[in-house]
Amino acid sequence: MSIYSLWGALEIGLIFGLVALGVLISFRILRFPDLTVDGSFPLGGATAATLISMGMDPFTSTLVATLAGAVAGMITGWLNVRLKIMDLLASILMMIALYSINLRIMGRPNVPLISDPTVFTVLQPEGISDYIMRPLILLVVVVACKLALDWYFSTKTGLAMRATGSNPRMARSQGVATGGQILAGMGISNALCALAGALFAQSQGGADISMGIGTIVIGLAAVIVGESIMPSRRLVIITLAVILGAILYRFFIALALNVDFIGLKAQDLNLVTAVLVTIALVIPLLKQRLRGKNGGR
Amino acid sequence: MLSAQNLNITFNAGTPIETRALRGLSLDIPAGQFVTVIGSNGAGKSTFLNAVSGDLPIDSGTIVIDNQDVTRQPVWERAKRVARVFQDPMAGTCEDLTIEENLALAYSRGERRGFAKAVRHSMRDEFRERLSTLGLGLENRLTDRIGLLSGGQRQAVSLLMAALRPSRILLLDEHTAALDPRTAQFVLDLTARIVSESRLTTMMVTHSMRQALDVGERTVMLHQGNVVLDVSGPERRGMDVPDLLNMFERVRGEKLSDDGLLLG
Repeated sequence: MSIYSLWGALEIGLIFGLVALGVLISFRILRFPDLTVDGSFPLGGATAATLISMGMDPFTSTLVATLAGAVAGMITGWLNVRLKIMDLLASILMMIALYSINLRIMGRPNVPLISDPTVFTVLQPEGISDYIMRPLILLVVVVACKLALDWYFSTKTGLAMRATGSNPRMARSQGVATGGQILAGMGISNALCALAGALFAQSQGGADISMGIGTIVIGLAAVIVGESIMPSRRLVIITLAVILGAILYRFFIALALNVDFIGLKAQDLNLVTAVLVTIALVIPLLKQRLRGKNGGR
Repeated sequence: MLSAQNLNITFNAGTPIETRALRGLSLDIPAGQFVTVIGSNGAGKSTFLNAVSGDLPIDSGTIVIDNQDVTRQPVWERAKRVARVFQDPMAGTCEDLTIEENLALAYSRGERRGFAKAVRHSMRDEFRERLSTLGLGLENRLTDRIGLLSGGQRQAVSLLMAALRPSRILLLDEHTAALDPRTAQFVLDLTARIVSESRLTTMMVTHSMRQALDVGERTVMLHQGNVVLDVSGPERRGMDVPDLLNMFERVRGEKLSDDGLLLG
């Protein structure tokens, strides 16, 4: 396994750390099974790549892409809260709608960013290789997002959002407008995913309509890996754990791609991911069943 | 204080399983009064409570709390005036949050929640002080997840949470029904103490006639979605469970004879 592929795995792992934070908010904190991610990740990429290729400053482009993701997430939330469409279905509707929207934004199936400036090229100093600098920049971004989320969830509003996911009836009886909290949470979650998509497009040399396929599964896998390596109830630890989970997951992929003796081939990875996520989705069910047996007092 | 006028709620309207849960129910509760509500299954007790809290939309009628018409307000807006303890001990608290986070949530009930820290040091002191009055040792477990507590402990914390902020009316929905007799008595004593300390206007739904007469100062009996008995003052003081049972039977009997007349 070469040093290049290690740094590369760290780079993509950090980007998916942002997706993992987003998925943590929707799936774990709000308990909203949200597949919008598969659309908001490429939405971020498409928006950023298109704006940059049109000559816009890469930072502004990335910001606009992030906001676009927030809007997409809030629409999913709105479909669920106001129109009473089942959460999973609402997110699937938004996901397929975004496929068309992304094609419209780009005007074609992909937008390459070969010689255009990106946030990485603009920040690239002399004397440090770009394959080392990119992960460093991403590390700063991911840590900043983590700390911001930690702060947010320690505030009164953040606590209200956590209560909304944990016990909506109780939250309402304590004066929390749960509908608004779901909208806000979905907005933040998908903003993070779109930011990840925007950075992914800039680090990988362009946006592609198919870049979002399986994003949600990778995000979930990262959350699950993180939760199992660092089990904790404290949110400050959990946010760190899911980022590490995303990085570990990418290292695992890099390892499988580069090491022959494991016997895994590149084509097996989606299967491994699917199996991992399946196990993780079944575990809470099993726990619940066990609790049901022993719960009676 | 609380004025419910001519409330109607029908479940599954227009279907073969149509149920008229509330049929023109009216009830006025003056400020500071502790009212117990009894009635058989399906009498409309919980439906009435849920209508007051805003959990159930009413088909017609008006609900006024503290001179404010809240009929069209959603639950979270009414939370400014209404505090509530549920029957299910798991329902009133957030399992995943710690004891102090649950209390902090209730600390901001009915207020705008901004970006200030949810749990402050000054709050912690107040929480500890309040928790210590329970005598359960919870004041040393502020950062424990509330899911670790027993049903009775959680119900006691729910009561504290309900009284943490001033509210206009406290709704108790058979909040001791899911507890063992000793814990139920503990929670009931705690209820009486908190209500009298804070002079809360309270409406307590209960299954137990004994409880209905022992606590509070007024007892209301519901039957088929309406108030059929309303006793307070000296009349209530002289009452015992058998008296209440007799009245209960009479109410039902009359209803039966009414039906008999109709069928005949």
